[in-house]
Amino acid sequence: MQVGLEEQVAPLQGRIPVFTRSVKGAFRRFKTGVLIFAYAVYFLLPWLPWQRAGAPDQAVLFDVPGRRFLIFDLTMYPQDVVWLALLLFIAAAILFFATALVGRAFCGYFCFQTLWTDFFIWIEAKIQGERPARVRLYRQPWNREKLLKVGATHLAWLAASFWTGMTFILYFGHAPDLVARFFAGEAAVAAYITVAVLTVSTYLAAGYMREQICTYVCPYGRFQSVMYDPETLAVHYDARRGEGRLGRASARAGLRTAEERHAQGHGDCIDCKLCVQVCPAGIDIREGLQYKCISCGLCIDACNGIMDSMGFPRGLIHYDSEANLSREKPARPHLHWKRLKVVGYGVSIVLMTAYLVYSIAARSSFEAAVTQVRQPLFVVLSNGDIRNRYQIRVTNKLGVAETFSVGIRGLPETALDLGNLREVTVKPGHSAILQASVILDAATAAKTREVEFVITPRAHPQEARTETAAFHYSEQR
Amino acid sequence: MSEQNLQSQTVQTTGHAWDGDLQEFNNPLPTWWVYVFYFTIIFAVAYWIIYPSWPFGKGFLTGVPIPGLSRITYTNDKGETVESHWNTRALLAKKLNEHAEMQKPYFNKVAASDFNRIAGDPELSGFVLSAGKALFTDNCAPCHQQGGQGVVGFFPNLTDDDWLYGGTYDKIHQTLVNGRRGYMPAFGEVLSAGEIDALANYVASLSGIEHDAVKAADGRALFTSETAACYYCHTESAKGRQDMGAPNLTDRIWLWANVPGADKAEDKIAAIRSIIVAGVNKGVMPAWGERLSPEQIKVLTVYVHELGGGK
Repeated sequence: MQVGLEEQVAPLQGRIPVFTRSVKGAFRRFKTGVLIFAYAVYFLLPWLPWQRAGAPDQAVLFDVPGRRFLIFDLTMYPQDVVWLALLLFIAAAILFFATALVGRAFCGYFCFQTLWTDFFIWIEAKIQGERPARVRLYRQPWNREKLLKVGATHLAWLAASFWTGMTFILYFGHAPDLVARFFAGEAAVAAYITVAVLTVSTYLAAGYMREQICTYVCPYGRFQSVMYDPETLAVHYDARRGEGRLGRASARAGLRTAEERHAQGHGDCIDCKLCVQVCPAGIDIREGLQYKCISCGLCIDACNGIMDSMGFPRGLIHYDSEANLSREKPARPHLHWKRLKVVGYGVSIVLMTAYLVYSIAARSSFEAAVTQVRQPLFVVLSNGDIRNRYQIRVTNKLGVAETFSVGIRGLPETALDLGNLREVTVKPGHSAILQASVILDAATAAKTREVEFVITPRAHPQEARTETAAFHYSEQR
Repeated sequence: MSEQNLQSQTVQTTGHAWDGDLQEFNNPLPTWWVYVFYFTIIFAVAYWIIYPSWPFGKGFLTGVPIPGLSRITYTNDKGETVESHWNTRALLAKKLNEHAEMQKPYFNKVAASDFNRIAGDPELSGFVLSAGKALFTDNCAPCHQQGGQGVVGFFPNLTDDDWLYGGTYDKIHQTLVNGRRGYMPAFGEVLSAGEIDALANYVASLSGIEHDAVKAADGRALFTSETAACYYCHTESAKGRQDMGAPNLTDRIWLWANVPGADKAEDKIAAIRSIIVAGVNKGVMPAWGERLSPEQIKVLTVYVHELGGGK
């Protein structure tokens, strides 16, 4: 809680404003790197052209009306939804894995709430100035300067929010066309609703609610907290070193060097409160590990800067584990990966990823499904022969039209009657249904339980697939 | 946590005290949460005003008419454009209009193509399969059953290769448009019990059912005699006449006599006998020419043709 800003109190818990001071250091550089990379991917990917046959030339396109996802050279159809499920499983396992090792690393460095809040704070700082200037502006009465600066900030936030929403819908349509249609007022209603909802939610979540999303709304932050082990690395304040025997003390005369401080019983913390001022969650890391901490490492950067300027060793705030810190003589913090939980998560990530890659690499160029028509189960023909009917659905997953032919195995070819459509040409991404009949004499029918259909794509005969369907007949009605 | 920090986090109480020292914590709600709650109240009131909500007198409040939001415009089955307050019935009608519009190009294509072309085109035959199934379910399935398998003794099986009135596209189309009336006179009072038994044994013999050869020989003579005159309709070879809807008696398919339902040969013959005695006067298929549109009948023609493989 930032000192001096608690004036808004009950009956409603107003958000206590957090004005973060910007900071330089390794964690800040890493966060900025992640932010730039993630934004480059998110905002530019819909504009990346990609040549492919029979589909829009956009590298990533979630073609909902066409019932397919186009991702570079991969085309996903609804029946491939298992890949999406697998991807989500892998993402969850990676989250658990990382949390067991290094705590809420996802929250601190990769979560989009963190990224967008970071970006919005950057905008705020560019327009309104560094932390002291923003606090002053917040406290001063409304005047021209405040109106202009705050207004400009909100306009910039709204613009960023709008383009965030706009970019989201570009993944669902051909980007250049969609932008043109959007501004001409010709896009689908869903597009306008989506952009409106995302603009408002981004503006509110990254502009107003910020750390409150993590504290009150987000379930992941909470359930990650229970995945911590004593060995899990997290951002910790080394209280023993910082507080000494008599607690922290500011660096006034006579307490400037480490020797002087230690001699008088004070620790290395000079109580500059910089770690509090840089915290986007508005907490004091010196109070220990707490649920609001998103583990972004900015307090480490801030403290290291102060330690450098004081000539003290770095690492008063650093990544460490509770188990290590509670030891009589803490060892150098390191990753405790030799734990059943961590290794288990790691192995499952590797296995699932391997299966996903295999499954995508070994995907076939078509889908085929044979269903027996069950009403009626079988038909007695006028000469006493038995007919079973089947519907064969073929889906062409290639980028070009393909012709499929159907045969049967184990029974004479003459038993198969394909009616009018002996073979069928299917457009890319489309399905067709062939109606097949299998006619057997009563004696053979009584012995036959299954029919094997062989579906052969003409251009890739080596991919021919056998699908089995039941054959029904009983003499007793 | 240091001493000083603990003090700064004292919890507020409501100010009441019971039993001297029992106090109630007042943990404030987050502002944003309270605003979301207020918003839901405003939303509920707005919804209540805009959309049909409360009973009022003998009717109900139909809401504030806002076009596109609380009003629905659709075309009813008489072709009139109707504007109504928001309700799910009107919404359904509107959706049906939209889907009919989507089906229209396909029905137009069906109307412009001949039967062979429809059946040979993968796209059109796919359409016939789905649209025909819906039409069949709505109009034909009550008698012919969902899969077209019919009911022995009542409704013909459409999935076999036996066509009472012909299995070409044109014949099926004719059947659908004009309907059919299957009829066989009752012979119970015309022939003696012995003669009927002889005929039943002969008909059984045609289908390979266990029978009395002597009676069957008598029956064969009767069949082509002027006394019984069966051959007028069923022809001398007993293969029937499609122009009259007289069934082929030499195949393994039974429409009126429940032969497949009987286990023993004598029961099978009894089933045949009962039809000769009572005749058939329930073979009525209604005419659909004025109930369905020409395109719908065309779709159904191809659908029914494909059910049994046609002829």
